[in-house]
Amino acid sequence: MDAVLLEYLPVLIFFAIALAMGIGFIVAAAVLAPSDPDPEKVSTYECGFNAFEDARMKFDVRFYLVAILFIIFDLEVAFLFPWIFPMFEGNIFAFWSMMVFLGVLTVGFLYEWRKGALDWE
Amino acid sequence: MLQAAAFYILAGTAVISAFMVVAARNPVRAVLFLILTFFSAAGLFVMLGAEFLAMLLVIVYVGAVAVLFLFVVMMLDVDFAALKEGFLSYLPLGGAVALALVGILSLTGISWVVSDTAGAALQTPVPPDMSNAEALGSILYDRYVFFFQLAGLVLLVAMIGAIVLTLRHREGVRRQNIARQVQRRREEGVELVEVKSGEGIG
Repeated sequence: MDAVLLEYLPVLIFFAIALAMGIGFIVAAAVLAPSDPDPEKVSTYECGFNAFEDARMKFDVRFYLVAILFIIFDLEVAFLFPWIFPMFEGNIFAFWSMMVFLGVLTVGFLYEWRKGALDWE
Repeated sequence: MLQAAAFYILAGTAVISAFMVVAARNPVRAVLFLILTFFSAAGLFVMLGAEFLAMLLVIVYVGAVAVLFLFVVMMLDVDFAALKEGFLSYLPLGGAVALALVGILSLTGISWVVSDTAGAALQTPVPPDMSNAEALGSILYDRYVFFFQLAGLVLLVAMIGAIVLTLRHREGVRRQNIARQVQRRREEGVELVEVKSGEGIG
């Protein structure tokens, strides 16, 4: 158990360095940078007139579709990783079980392809 | 010592960032805190010896689900005044959901304490000469094949559902049809016309 955790010590050190750098830059910016805020200076620059609306705008729903299709294939790949081990042992049943799984998802993939969900416009 | 320190740091980060997910005013920041929660949960999984699960958490949740949440947050009309407005009217429903969650969690916790077999389950370690993914792979694909195929079907349903719900083809968009383009012959596109002088083509 401890041996396994020791393998992760570099990751922990890396996290500590990343944290120190992040905090360091924030602190340095707060301490070193000149700060003289003014209501006009921090307001949105809009060529002379006041801003009409928030800069944030609605995203197209198609981004969501792309993201969810990505998740599904991400999960499919995640299922493939532990599959290596029964393959080493020559487990035929596990092989075909994965083939059926992939086949089911390929049906979905063909559906999405034919529907044009992969095309942007 | 280091193990205990790592546990408390990770658990503390998880609790604090989970609280910030609820408390953050900006929804995008809430999603970023959610990512931090996922990361600390992955760290806790590593400490439990569940390495494969930890890596899955990072790949699937941080890599994909968090991006999805970001898109959903940006898809919503992010009007902060309107977000605060509905607080009281949603309070009963939200409170009921929160109570149900507390009930489920405490039910699980109590049954874990009361149950006779829980201690035995705690004593069942991962086989020491086996990595995490190996232990999972040795049972997932044959012994639990039914659940495995069920997972595939759930993914299929999710895929089809997302397409049916969100795919809208705009009218009048001209798509490129490569096969049609390649099959196009000279006769369809070019015409040789004998034009008499002074008349032009009607």
